[in-house]
Amino acid sequence: MSEATTPVDVHAAQVRKFKLQDMFFHQVTLVFAFIVLAALVGILISLAIEAMPVFREFGLGFLWTNVWNVPEDQYGALSAIYGTVVTSVIALIIAVPVSFGIALFLTETCPVWLRRPLGTAIELLAGVPSIIYGIWGLFVFAPLFAEHVQPYLQELVGDTPIISGWFAGPPIGIGILTAGIVLSLMVIPFVASVMRDVFETVPPQLKESAYGVGCTTWEVVTNIVLPYTRVGVIGGIMLGLGRALGETMAVTFVIGNANRIVGSLFAPGTSIASTLANEFGEADPGLHISSLFALGLVLFIITFIVLAISQWLIKRGIAKQGI
Amino acid sequence: MSTSQTTANGEAILSIRDLNFYYGDFRGLTNVSLDIAKSQVTAFIGPSGCGKSTLLRTFNRMYDLYPGQRAEGQINFHGKNLLDKKQDVNLVRAKIGMVFQKPTPFPMTIYENIAFGVRLYEKLSSSDMDERVEWALRKAAIWEETKNKLQQSGLSLSGGQQQRLCIARTIAVKPEIVLLDEPTSALDPISTAKIEELINELKNEYTIAIVTHNMQQAARISDFTAFMYLGELIEFGNTDKLFVKPTQKQTEDYITGRFG
Repeated sequence: MSEATTPVDVHAAQVRKFKLQDMFFHQVTLVFAFIVLAALVGILISLAIEAMPVFREFGLGFLWTNVWNVPEDQYGALSAIYGTVVTSVIALIIAVPVSFGIALFLTETCPVWLRRPLGTAIELLAGVPSIIYGIWGLFVFAPLFAEHVQPYLQELVGDTPIISGWFAGPPIGIGILTAGIVLSLMVIPFVASVMRDVFETVPPQLKESAYGVGCTTWEVVTNIVLPYTRVGVIGGIMLGLGRALGETMAVTFVIGNANRIVGSLFAPGTSIASTLANEFGEADPGLHISSLFALGLVLFIITFIVLAISQWLIKRGIAKQGI
Repeated sequence: MSTSQTTANGEAILSIRDLNFYYGDFRGLTNVSLDIAKSQVTAFIGPSGCGKSTLLRTFNRMYDLYPGQRAEGQINFHGKNLLDKKQDVNLVRAKIGMVFQKPTPFPMTIYENIAFGVRLYEKLSSSDMDERVEWALRKAAIWEETKNKLQQSGLSLSGGQQQRLCIARTIAVKPEIVLLDEPTSALDPISTAKIEELINELKNEYTIAIVTHNMQQAARISDFTAFMYLGELIEFGNTDKLFVKPTQKQTEDYITGRFG
């Protein structure tokens, strides 16, 4: 009798042990996952607490007041929000088409021998520390831009209404446009490598069928590759936008750090991240520090909104495809 | 090699002469010569890796997409060599359509799947386009199943329906030749039967070249059969004759299942 039951008992013990292991594993992974959530909520709460004095003083009007006067303790976030959004939009306007071209070249038309070196180069570009982009932007790009591009741009637009306003002012090199261009260079490797990866997921048979009805490469790309990878492409662009919004050092170097809004893209401006980097060190306790925290909170919320919109776009894209 | 190079009756629409195909240094096809008869079904059989799909993919220059693959020799189509570098491949592919092993509906609606290819070459009014789409779907025997959901995604159809959609898409462009690369190997027997029936009807208007692993299928639907082995054309002739009285030992071994 005992001989017959022994193996069964051993088995049961094993099962119990596995169960315990599983439970332990489950708990540990749960804790890890919660650390992320706790950090997120913690940051949000501490930002909110520190920003409270500013909102108590200026109300929500802080968000759309265009003033940043440290001696008189008057603060408003508008100029920083403006700089952040405009530089990011410029960065995307430049980076998206270029990245699209890079990704298409790499996946569709690039000779095999060039594919790896080029792909690696783009990934390396993504690894360059942002301060290096900043130094390069300030000491190399901005002077060249001021001397050769800005006057030419002004000449080109001439007196065209509205547009000439964008390019008005002295060509000093640094400013909103320069920041946008440097940002675009930093965003391109991210967007391009995500796009390349998603383009590679298109089944070759699908592309062959499109070529099979007589499509050119361009037609295959616009009608097959892009619709098939739309979700991933949007994801890549949003990743780039997220990076552009929060980029600090490179922007601080080239944006000019002037807390005001001027219609011209040549004019110096500021972004949320660069304001924080510039002023935290010497901010006095009180409203100044608090307003910097409030700026941080605003940046956090903008990034969150961008993410939410991208999620919504992706969901809508999937629903539209009817899969 | 007793490869009979001429077809018994009718005119040849494609005539292949001394075709060699290379994957880099590997020779995938060796001195293949045969004629594809107009408005007939020509089947290609042989064990895996024998070059049947490779041969089919030379007919519409699909290999062009892949660096390192090249073909030498002649494939004459209306007096022109398709392999000529100057030949416009997009035009070739519109004239010589292809259906693949796995159904590959485009990521768009059923209607757009058909209209897409047509739009590349013809400017049709929207009513003409509606007509063309219906015509192609009817031809491919899938109109009844799709007429009420033309605006749904092509991916919402079943596998067999998707494959018929792909055939409809191919004939909507009005090609002269339809290449089928194992079109039923991913389908169930009922869908397979429907597609075979379809091939039978299509051959009145189109020339069909089909690669298949299924010898019964080749015997059922084709007028001519080519048996290939290790990149060479071993035997080519009337389907009835090839299956009943093959002239080559290798062909006989293969079709009787004695092949090692």
